[in-house]
Amino acid sequence: MSTENKAPAETVLPASADPAQAAAPKATRRDFLKAGGVLSLSSLMGTAALMAQTDDAKATVEWAEHFQKNYRLMTDEEKNEARIRLERRHSAEYGKKVSVDISGPQAGVLMGYALNVRKCIGCRRCVKACVEENNQSRGSRPGERIEWIQVLRMERGEFSEEKMNHGYPEGLGIQVGGNAYTPVGQVLEGQFHYTPEAVPEKDATYMPIACMQCEKPPCVKVCPVRTTYREADGPVVIDYNWCIGCRMCMGACPYWARRMNVAKPVLPREDMNPATHYLGNRPRMRGVVEKCHWCLQRTRQGRYPACVEVCPVGARKFGNLLDPESEVSMILARKNVFRLKAELNTFPKFFYFYD
Amino acid sequence: MRLISFVTDYVRYILKGSLKYYVWMASLSVLIVGMMVVFYLQNTEGLIVTGMTSQIHDGLYFANLVFLVGVAAGAVTIVFPAYVYHHDGMHKVTVLGEMLAISAVIMVNLFVLAHMGRPDRLWHMIPFIGIYNFPHSMLGWDVLVLVGYLVLNFICGFYYLYIKYVGGEVNKKFFMPLVFISIVWALSIHTVTAFLIATMPARPMWFHSMMPIRFIATAFAAGPCLIILAFLIIRRNTKMWVEDSAIRLLATIVTWCLGIALFLTMSEIVVEFYHRTEHANGLYYLMFGLHGLTGLVPWFWTSLALMVAAFVMFLIPAVRNNTRLLPVPCVMAFSGIWIEKGMGLIVPGFIPTPIGEVTEYYPTFVEWLMTIGIWAFGFFILTILFKGAIGILQGEVRYAGDRAAVAE
Repeated sequence: MSTENKAPAETVLPASADPAQAAAPKATRRDFLKAGGVLSLSSLMGTAALMAQTDDAKATVEWAEHFQKNYRLMTDEEKNEARIRLERRHSAEYGKKVSVDISGPQAGVLMGYALNVRKCIGCRRCVKACVEENNQSRGSRPGERIEWIQVLRMERGEFSEEKMNHGYPEGLGIQVGGNAYTPVGQVLEGQFHYTPEAVPEKDATYMPIACMQCEKPPCVKVCPVRTTYREADGPVVIDYNWCIGCRMCMGACPYWARRMNVAKPVLPREDMNPATHYLGNRPRMRGVVEKCHWCLQRTRQGRYPACVEVCPVGARKFGNLLDPESEVSMILARKNVFRLKAELNTFPKFFYFYD
Repeated sequence: MRLISFVTDYVRYILKGSLKYYVWMASLSVLIVGMMVVFYLQNTEGLIVTGMTSQIHDGLYFANLVFLVGVAAGAVTIVFPAYVYHHDGMHKVTVLGEMLAISAVIMVNLFVLAHMGRPDRLWHMIPFIGIYNFPHSMLGWDVLVLVGYLVLNFICGFYYLYIKYVGGEVNKKFFMPLVFISIVWALSIHTVTAFLIATMPARPMWFHSMMPIRFIATAFAAGPCLIILAFLIIRRNTKMWVEDSAIRLLATIVTWCLGIALFLTMSEIVVEFYHRTEHANGLYYLMFGLHGLTGLVPWFWTSLALMVAAFVMFLIPAVRNNTRLLPVPCVMAFSGIWIEKGMGLIVPGFIPTPIGEVTEYYPTFVEWLMTIGIWAFGFFILTILFKGAIGILQGEVRYAGDRAAVAE
């Protein structure tokens, strides 16, 4: 594998994204008070509540969280306070040591993704790995199960002699290429609810989609409070604490990449991934929007996103677009590459290619 | 001093009323309490108590929001003829139009609150305290024009009433510019609301430049319908007499705006269905159903039938000018547009989703209760505002020196 997205050694890493080596900073009461001494509305609230000797640490922390600033406007100090607050709250809630990474983008890195549509076999291991890695809600009521990756199953159509003069098909999403009632050529409208006995199926091809991390993201433009924005290293992220749940971004996204937390996410303690990132996979709350962020908790630490790591056929490639030697750059230079819905000028950094 | 007695007299006047008034207000209050209960439920359980999903994430609330912005803008059909064409009958009741606009905008704001996933964080939108994504976010523009319209109508309406109350002359240098600004502003609120959904290439059903003019046409049909109904109720139940000429002019406005709205609907159907690309799937779902899902089909055809029938009735002078028959086409047009511009416009925008998934949306009991409650709240406010305004216009409430007197 390539080495293009290894974190430089001199970078100070607040917490490892790897659960195995997670060494979360100690969040003692003294530290918290010390950090809270910095003049900011949020810390004042938090400290005041602590001084008032509230027994319930969770309530105290949540109160302070309520008044914190938009993440992008926080000073490093405030970011650190926010991190400590979250680590305290989540560790208490999930009964394990939860780390919240706040490491920022590195200079000279622009993340990019390439997917080989010819190789994908539709096994959806990526979907599963993504849910497990990113702490998505996994409840059973409608809307409580959230998946960021959709694998669309596309049917192969047929041309047959006996039907050649039967007129155009009446169904939907069917290319009117010839005259036949059955699908003709590739059926361009996929279906992500499918239950095959085995993959790959003979009469289907697969088209995985997720957030395209556009360079000109419509979701960012429509957000009334700028809670969603493009990070300097590429991914479009959300400050879950700042989102007002208006869902304009969901309407604006042409790739249906965004999901609404219609209830408090269902995240069992034992399934919770404790290595989190503030802008990434930390547990979300009720009423906010979430989406794929290219596993910031991993990629900022020089690891691959979970979906890339799990893909059994190597259809998924990830790397630094600014490094001409990276796998992704090589693919863009040498393969047949296309973007989804390129006519909308969103300029995704998620590319499809075929050999 | 005079301002204080204006406020106290106003409040004292609206607190008094007939038994009918109290019963009406009490029944509205019951519905408002219901709304508060479901609002609490929605903000503790989450939006899961509604029918909205990640696929169809704008529903009944957004639909009512869009419709009511139209009703608010519709008030300009009174203000415009009154001040631009110096229509006497209209001039006497202009202030009622402004009162209607105020209550409609308040309802819009309540629907915004109901729609939000996190209404507790709305302060994030306040400039300086929070972040206001201006001028990029169309929602930011919408908030701006709606708040501006509320303020304009509040100032225009209550300044006029105050002057009537103290018995002075309106300061035209101050008042007239505000009136003309509010006329243009009325157009802007509905234009921007149309832009809100028409600027999303991801949703082909909404992505066309016909949206703003269609919004305005339907608004200037639905708004005056409600105003006509309100005027007829006022004529029956209060001492105030709204001139026939005002009602006739409103009926004429409704007729032609409804005609234009129907024409635009027809244009859309022809353009979308001539080649029927995948971008027409939303409209197809609305009119005929898609993949066996036909939830909105009866709604669409009901709405179309109501609008066409109302248009035909409005075209007949014997109906249009007969105040006994007039409520019938008004109610028909109002409900037809409520369906077309509400659920009939918002929901199919999400069907199919951008990746082709076809799902359906059914409002839950919670959503209906919330919606009815917000309408009840709107009518509650409207009743108060109308009562106060009529009292002042009729001279029942007026400034009486040091000792304010309320005539009954």
